[in-house]
Amino acid sequence: MVKYVLKRILYLIPVLAGVALIVFTLLYITPGDPAKMMLGERAGEEALRQFRQENGLDRPFFIQFGNFLLKAVTRGDVGKSYITKRPVTEEIMEAFPQTLKLAGYSMLIALCVGIPFGIISAIKQYSMFDTTVIILAMIGISMPAFWLGLLLILLFSVNLGWLPSSGFESFRAMILPSVTLSTGSIAMLTRMTRSCMLEVVRQDYIRTARTKGQKERVVIVKHALGNALIPVITVSGLQFGYLLGGAMLTETIFSIPGVGRLMVNAIMMRDFPVVQGGVLFVALAFSVVNLLVDLLYGYVDPRIRADYK
Amino acid sequence: MSPETVEASRGMMGEFAHRLRKNPLAVFGFVVLSILVLVAAFAPLIAPYGYSDQFLEHAFEPPNAKFLLGTDEFGRDILSRLIYGARVSLQVGFVAVGLALSVGGFLGAVAGYYGGFCDNAIMRCMDVLLGIPSTLLAIAIAASLGPGLVNLMISVGIAQIPFYARIVRGAVLSVRGQEFVEAARAMGSGDLRIIFRHIIPNSMAPIIVQTTLDVAYAILSAAGLSFIGLGVQPPFPEWGSMLSGGRQYIFEAPHMTLFPGITIMLTILSLNFLGDGLRDALDPKLRR
Repeated sequence: MVKYVLKRILYLIPVLAGVALIVFTLLYITPGDPAKMMLGERAGEEALRQFRQENGLDRPFFIQFGNFLLKAVTRGDVGKSYITKRPVTEEIMEAFPQTLKLAGYSMLIALCVGIPFGIISAIKQYSMFDTTVIILAMIGISMPAFWLGLLLILLFSVNLGWLPSSGFESFRAMILPSVTLSTGSIAMLTRMTRSCMLEVVRQDYIRTARTKGQKERVVIVKHALGNALIPVITVSGLQFGYLLGGAMLTETIFSIPGVGRLMVNAIMMRDFPVVQGGVLFVALAFSVVNLLVDLLYGYVDPRIRADYK
Repeated sequence: MSPETVEASRGMMGEFAHRLRKNPLAVFGFVVLSILVLVAAFAPLIAPYGYSDQFLEHAFEPPNAKFLLGTDEFGRDILSRLIYGARVSLQVGFVAVGLALSVGGFLGAVAGYYGGFCDNAIMRCMDVLLGIPSTLLAIAIAASLGPGLVNLMISVGIAQIPFYARIVRGAVLSVRGQEFVEAARAMGSGDLRIIFRHIIPNSMAPIIVQTTLDVAYAILSAAGLSFIGLGVQPPFPEWGSMLSGGRQYIFEAPHMTLFPGITIMLTILSLNFLGDGLRDALDPKLRR
């Protein structure tokens, strides 16, 4: 198990270095002179030259990238915002708790709704319930989350006046954004759980359990569920990663000051260091979540553990 | 090709079409998509007004006899803009996926066919791309390239490359060792010919399914990108940017966000239904 964990952690390093290279290259090819962006359009030629020299902007691409990587790893420094002149890491760390809260609530909703619906749907395959769930799940996947958010605001905030349309301090204010963000994940988890369950209940050991005369409920809960949920764990992890990244539009619509909205604002203001820092941060969070999921996977599935004995 | 194989292949296609037809959701998807493609192709003939015709005295009108789906803040007809917008959205969807399919598919085929170092190098690069959630990657690329239709297609397309590399690689690996590949090699075919003439056509099923589903995803992410101002620039209509434009008037004129949203949803839904239907129809395990 230790070997497995170590291997997975070591594997993360080249991936993250690659992500950093992509992010840095994107920043590098973005039109516009960083020196001018920091000092303002009216800065003198001498000041610009000095700024470039101080920040290593006159060095070759790979040297610049090396410095960027070194600073990012040793000091968590990924540059400063063109607009606020504050370190990007600081701005992201301030915004992250809101994003984490939103993604966490959404994931919770998705798990609590998606898995039970998927299971029932599979047990009652081809029933009315199943058909309805399949169609609803497909609609959930097909709906642009930002549009659903707007509709929910229109219905629950404007017409009914039940829930606030913005803010993030109170639990009530988080309801609409969490529901909005979770829709896609609910749909994904429902479909995934359903298809995994359907696959598992066709297996021989389920037939054996049934022929032993065990009650259907025991067969499902004790034998089928555990095996069916293993792939669902992986998908949940991926979904959580997507929620962290996909929170951009939801945060924008509901005015939640999270990492997503920080990035959207930065895109509009052409504040590229913040955009790239945000991408790097979300990719890091995404990788860590996937790592944890893989470890959990190894924990719940003895077959995987056995491979790394 | 002998007469028997012709008949056998017609039989298989017939069987496939039959199974697809039995799936009402897939048929629904196919019909809606066909209508959309026709609408996009004949937009100038169908649309009641031009996409940028302004009737300022009719601004913010809810749906009525003159403007079936109402008007926006400049008094432009929303129905006409949606019809022209179909051109943009479908184009973005198909071009982006085409880009991802050709680049990703090529990389995947090379990785799967040659294996070894080549495989490792390509797939590790793909892992890096997969390390960033794809919507976010598209946004990051679009933010660097700047807004515009072409950049939108490139950004969404690049973000999907790794998925195709994976699928095609898997497909190639599964047919690489089969006898017809050996036979082609024995007959002196070159690597490229074997990959493109023998391996890829024989691994099309999962690719077709994935492509259908990904066109949906591409349209959805393009709409998202447009929503945050990284897409097609006004006055050209794009469904996502129409939605985004309607957002600030949501209280006075909800129809401005309602109809573009319904259009996007219906398009994505149709593609997803069709993709799912294709998957079931092509899946030999479900063949009874």
